Amino acid sequence: MKMNGARIMLECLKKEGVDTIFGYPGGTVINLYDALFDFKEIHHILPRHEQAGTHAADGYARATGRVGVVIATSGPGATNTVTGIATAYMDSIPMVIITGQVPTALIGNDAFQEVDIIGITRPCTKHSFLIRDVKDIALTMKKAFYIARSGRPGPVLVDFPKDIQIAQGEFHYPETVEIRGYKPTLSGHPRQVEKAVAMILDARRPVMYVGGGTVLSDAAEPLTALARKLLLPVTTTLMGLGSFPESDELSLGMLGMHGAYCANMAMSNSDLIIAVGARFDDRVTGKLSTFAPHAKIIHIDVDPTSIKKNVPVDLPIVGDVKDVLLKMIKQAEKSAEKLSGFVAALAPWHTDITAWKEKHPLGYKQSSTVIKPQFVIQKLRELSDDDAIISTDVGQHQMWTAQFFKFNKPRTLLTSGGLGTMGYGLPAAMGAQAAFPQRQIITICGDGGIQMNIQEMATLVQNRLPVKIVILNNNFLGMVRQWQELFFDKRYSSTCMELPIDYVKLADAYGAKGFLATKPGDVESVIKQGFEEKGPVIMEFMVAREEKVLPMVPAGASLNEMVLNA
Amino acid sequence: MKHTISVIVENDFGVLSRVATLFSGRGFNIDSLSVAPTNEEGLSRMTIVTRGDDQILEQINKQLNKLIDVLKVLDFTDGSAIERELALIKVAAEDDARAEVLRVVDIFRAKIIDVTPKSYTLEVTGNPQKIDGILELLRPLGLKEVVRTGAVAIGRGAKGWNG
Repeated sequence: MKMNGARIMLECLKKEGVDTIFGYPGGTVINLYDALFDFKEIHHILPRHEQAGTHAADGYARATGRVGVVIATSGPGATNTVTGIATAYMDSIPMVIITGQVPTALIGNDAFQEVDIIGITRPCTKHSFLIRDVKDIALTMKKAFYIARSGRPGPVLVDFPKDIQIAQGEFHYPETVEIRGYKPTLSGHPRQVEKAVAMILDARRPVMYVGGGTVLSDAAEPLTALARKLLLPVTTTLMGLGSFPESDELSLGMLGMHGAYCANMAMSNSDLIIAVGARFDDRVTGKLSTFAPHAKIIHIDVDPTSIKKNVPVDLPIVGDVKDVLLKMIKQAEKSAEKLSGFVAALAPWHTDITAWKEKHPLGYKQSSTVIKPQFVIQKLRELSDDDAIISTDVGQHQMWTAQFFKFNKPRTLLTSGGLGTMGYGLPAAMGAQAAFPQRQIITICGDGGIQMNIQEMATLVQNRLPVKIVILNNNFLGMVRQWQELFFDKRYSSTCMELPIDYVKLADAYGAKGFLATKPGDVESVIKQGFEEKGPVIMEFMVAREEKVLPMVPAGASLNEMVLNA
Repeated sequence: MKHTISVIVENDFGVLSRVATLFSGRGFNIDSLSVAPTNEEGLSRMTIVTRGDDQILEQINKQLNKLIDVLKVLDFTDGSAIERELALIKVAAEDDARAEVLRVVDIFRAKIIDVTPKSYTLEVTGNPQKIDGILELLRPLGLKEVVRTGAVAIGRGAKGWNG
């Protein structure tokens, strides 16, 4: 049966199991939208800005593990997706971005709303395609989805010229796809696994350092099983939160710049670091030359470029994290006779760790007059559902969420870790809510970031997406202010927001509900009222203005040189 | 340290800019780059001469391999390859200099490909050191224009892109 290219594109999406897409119409995707008008199998959500649509597709992908899909028109529509694409790229989120393009005959002519979006996004996509023939649509989309979700996942952009959308063709979706230059190594080498387990059994101060790759590979279960079997302490990066239950005694919480004292001390004193789907980011390692000076390093990652990029590695294992961890469990079981001796020998190490935990636990000074932001996070944890999904924006509130929310399940924290994108929280929550209409979706934002995509309130109300928006309002760009306080002699250059905004009225203007808490006694009742509402809600908390995120490893300092009180 | 890398790529739209973007975005050096189709349909071969320590070279190799359009990366560092470069050189040649140019051409087994009363244009091939050598000798005579292709390399014996 003949159909036009626009319809073929939608058939491809259906074949890939796509049920929800986010997109914004325009001149070069009007044919695609015309086809969508009758295409009932795909639910389309119209954000109010393409950047937000891209973050929503990203939030959808992080919450579900499936490929997020976003559509934008050519030119400004396409350029508006760039921040969202770069955000997804840095955190390895599977996503397909379909951009309209001017007709092929006009490409390169500076046509109206023409931009070289493939050129612009080349450094922040895993791959990209320009479709130049209606016959190529199906194979291109098959490749795009395969590349986006396999190996180390990432965003793939497909540029789709208007004349190809109009052209008539047959639809045949390939069953399989073979890309000769792309063969990710998924299966960990058995010999390396054997060596890794032997190294662990020889260690006396081992730590598992777990990153987002563990979440992406759906490896929380084998990770937890391995750690518990060998009594290995586990610290996670921001992206790794949720892959190991923080309620477990073996959990050290998050490490790095704003990590827990015990986590950073454990890394600094360890004799063996087992890095699992993590990439030794500068926010994690602190000063490289003094990072984990006593430790050998085992590095498990699906992406060979992550290995030995920042730190020397003693034993690399390239492979899918889940595959490698399952093999390690089997290998450990083969060494059963050694296990009890090994576990017994770890006792002094666990004693050290307990001492660090007790010496400087994460904490804050409670107040009876002003709301402490950490208190709000703790109350949110206490009052929210067990399987609630939390998204954050970027800044102080993000770190407080990472420190105090206590994540126990994977894919329950959606946060921009690598790129650190303000404006991410609300649209990401929107994407997660679209994927899980029945689950409680909460976005925790600051008063800076919330305004970067506040227009999405309209999308929430229109699509009945009952996202609970929490604003920790200190009327500052708090994280930058904190740096200015500590390192720039309190010269608060352009970090005071000056103009107070009435978020209750703002919620009302969009047809949502707003609640305001100004004192500690209000916190619980505002959260309860907000959670009881059926629709989207803003809960605004006026918090201690100059509260700091602590501990803090100053930029360029060693991981064990934490500022604990300042 | 200098390395010569051969990269076998799909002859696809944008592949050159993907490789170039990778080098510039990650701060890797390119001393020279040459690219042309191979004898296999749909494949091109790039020869990149770059510099860096072992850790940087390892990253360059891995990052190139990570590109979807890259089929194979061959790192020729240990004298395992034959390298050749072609140069077209226009040199001033009047009076006594005309004979001197011809002597140099003879020694380097170069070829005169264009003659005018005031200049010779010559073609020379060889490894990059040989090209540097002839340029060194011709420079005092007055180099008018130099065009170099950049090195291309092929593995010795069994070392190659498909055995």
